[in-house]
Amino acid sequence: MWIYVLKRLLQGIVTVWFIATATFFAMHNVPGDPLLNDRAVSEAIRINLEAKYGLDQPIGTQYLIYLGNLVQGDFGISFTQENREVNDIIREHFPISAILGVLAVVFAAAGGILFGALTAIYRNRLPDYIIMLLVILGISVPSFVIAALSQLTLVTLNSAVGATILPVAGWGTILHMLVPALVLGLGTMAYLTRLMRSSMLEVVNSDFVRTAKAKGVPPARIFTKHQLRNAILPVITVLGPSIAAITTGGFVVELVFAIPGLGRYFVQAVQQLDYTVIMGTTVFYGAFLVFMVILVDLLYGFIDPRVKLEK
Amino acid sequence: MQDASSTEAGTTMDTDSNFATSAGKQLGLYALYALFGLSVLIYVLSVAAGSSGGSVSGGAINIERNSITIVLTEEPPQLDSTRSTDAVSFIVLAHAMEGLIAYDDNDQLTPGVAERWEIRDDGATFWIREGAKWSDGQPVTAYDFEFAWRRVLDPATASEYSFILYPIKNAELVNRGDLPKEMIGVRALSDRVLEVEFERSTPYFDKLVAFNTYYPLREDFFESTNGRYGADADMLLSNGPYVVTEWIHGSSMLWKKNPYYWNDQKGFLDEIVTAYITHDVNAKLNLFKDGQIVETSLIAPMLPTAMEQRWQIDRFMDGSLFFLEFNHRENRITGNWNFRRALQLAQDPSELVYKVLKEASYLPAQSLFPVWIQGIKEAFRKEYPAPEHKIDVERAREHLELARQELGLEEFPPIILLSGDSPLSLLAGEYYQELYKQNLGLELRIDAQIFKQRLAKMTSGEFDIVMAGWGPDYFDALTFGDLFASWNLNNRGHYRSEEMDRLVSIGRSELDPEKRMDAFGDIQQLIHEDVVIIPMYERGISFVVDPRLKGFKRRSVGPDVDYSYAFIDTTED
Repeated sequence: MWIYVLKRLLQGIVTVWFIATATFFAMHNVPGDPLLNDRAVSEAIRINLEAKYGLDQPIGTQYLIYLGNLVQGDFGISFTQENREVNDIIREHFPISAILGVLAVVFAAAGGILFGALTAIYRNRLPDYIIMLLVILGISVPSFVIAALSQLTLVTLNSAVGATILPVAGWGTILHMLVPALVLGLGTMAYLTRLMRSSMLEVVNSDFVRTAKAKGVPPARIFTKHQLRNAILPVITVLGPSIAAITTGGFVVELVFAIPGLGRYFVQAVQQLDYTVIMGTTVFYGAFLVFMVILVDLLYGFIDPRVKLEK
Repeated sequence: MQDASSTEAGTTMDTDSNFATSAGKQLGLYALYALFGLSVLIYVLSVAAGSSGGSVSGGAINIERNSITIVLTEEPPQLDSTRSTDAVSFIVLAHAMEGLIAYDDNDQLTPGVAERWEIRDDGATFWIREGAKWSDGQPVTAYDFEFAWRRVLDPATASEYSFILYPIKNAELVNRGDLPKEMIGVRALSDRVLEVEFERSTPYFDKLVAFNTYYPLREDFFESTNGRYGADADMLLSNGPYVVTEWIHGSSMLWKKNPYYWNDQKGFLDEIVTAYITHDVNAKLNLFKDGQIVETSLIAPMLPTAMEQRWQIDRFMDGSLFFLEFNHRENRITGNWNFRRALQLAQDPSELVYKVLKEASYLPAQSLFPVWIQGIKEAFRKEYPAPEHKIDVERAREHLELARQELGLEEFPPIILLSGDSPLSLLAGEYYQELYKQNLGLELRIDAQIFKQRLAKMTSGEFDIVMAGWGPDYFDALTFGDLFASWNLNNRGHYRSEEMDRLVSIGRSELDPEKRMDAFGDIQQLIHEDVVIIPMYERGISFVVDPRLKGFKRRSVGPDVDYSYAFIDTTED
């Protein structure tokens, strides 16, 4: 088992190195010049700016310096926020994205499993139809629309009551989180509902369920032990990547609800060609994603008795 | 986990509906567990969030605390005034800092740290007022300006706005690294007298020193920050009406009234809370509707909502001019005057603004000089009316034909129109594409790029026409007037004309205001005659302010939003 873990971790490191390298060269090949600004600068200042960010070195040297710093966990200084280190940006803003992401994933997972099971139990009956319709909406309507609509609803609600029940935007208390987390998790919740439903339906008709019924096992027990537990496995498989996806994909929600998360930096850095922030956030998120996948694979060994973590 | 319902059917198989009922009940139970688990989790997370930063505001206006809440469009990128270049940093600094001279609430120059000044042919003298103090109580001295300006021009600082100090003697040479920084023509004669030598006569120097890059900086404090000046609230020393006392990056700031500030006609609020950072205009509108912020900008689609709410809608010109800039490099088709003339005659900016862009606060542009620029006594455009322009497709076609012959072309190849990637630029781009196809049979190819790439292509000359914009730095016609001088690095279309250079030289050094303005009048005419650019529109912004807040100012030049004269009106309900 430990050998397996070690092996996976080594693979993970290679993957992250690959991400870092690919991002580095892709970024330097994106057209545009990170040092250009509204006001043109003279050649002398240009040279000083290039020296400041090490852009005066040949690209191969830049890459080696970059890798060296990466090993020491140093991502450098942001191009656009010149007083801040990329490490600080990640350290200050990732926890916020993570808190929001965790809440969103929990919403998504709880909702997805419950609704999925519900639709499977009441297959082709009214609850099934209603929920599946909502699921289609949840999957197809983009999150910026849902975010804007829910914010508008909040404004209307607050003005109808005449007091602020839930804040419209901002960050700081639990009340600030509820709606953004729900909006953020909605797409995943819809996806998980569908996954859970089909996986339940597969299990319902399986041999072991029929055997259990024939043996006279009480329905609630069959439902829990034989159906739910087996049907939940595929959901757990996708849960790891969706945690990473939700935590990293909150750009729109963070923007609309004015949440100081990392997603904003991740997207804006690309628009502004902020090299160091692009590298920092991409490698960080890449490592995060790889780690989540490994974690899920390990968890599998505990949940599914058929999986043995040998090789 | 044990079920509550019994199975009355014994050994025979359950019916589906029976099974569904008990499974459903079980599921309901799980839902309850989940709900309970969630509440616990939410509680834990809220404690965690409390420690990870964020600020809770108490509404747009808090009369008891004499405080207001505002929104910023982004995290201020650079609060070191010698290096900042962006609008948001300028806004924060305009409240935290004060230069020698400032703008009053009527856009007129007013004494700042300097109680009086004298601008001569060859230099200027500023007398620092006695009461001017830093936020730690120490006096602001002439040395603080000397230190700041030297730092701006120090090549190691790599300040992108250093050019704005070039009227000072030797500034450009020092900035290029050709002279030591002690050679800069600025000297503190004593704590309270600052002496400036000019490179050439600069009659508009008083307007320049109101600019951000001319703010003071105190050496001992700067050194104590170890290169982190402006990085955090406690790394910033203020001499303006407000002090940044809290700064949670990316989230919020708190500006408090500076107890040491000398001017009792400014800084009436005790606190300004910037509780939100987002550039999403809809989110800002929602915050305003919900009574959480005092002011927000409106875009065209929001105007009906604003009218429904019976808000008082204000508008102002934000100062920027947008125009089609030609590539005047020699090998380009756009280097041909007849070709440019044809394009000029075949369009009408009013159509663009009123029928295509439909932004109520925009103005069709007629000149390089926007409507708000000051002339000798009144508005520049009153004293020097913009050249007459009428769309004339017939004549446009004649000029195009002449151009074709002069260039020796069978027919014109596609013309590259470089543009930004915002919806508005794309809309304008498509309009010109259609317009020139219909009126002149020209094919325009739109090359939409992100900002940095558009600049890169403008700088290297990879375009025929570019949709460009320019915003003012100081309240003088020269901030637009020198744009097409051959030495101006922002002249990215490489327009070259001896006449233009001659006029710009008069514009920047002539001491007689009338002769000086005449030069700008001639520049306006030359831009039109030589078709250096085709003006598109002047940008205006509609906005709403909480009616209880008075004295709030939005400016064409200087910090866009200015709360330094704002106060809460408690007389009406």
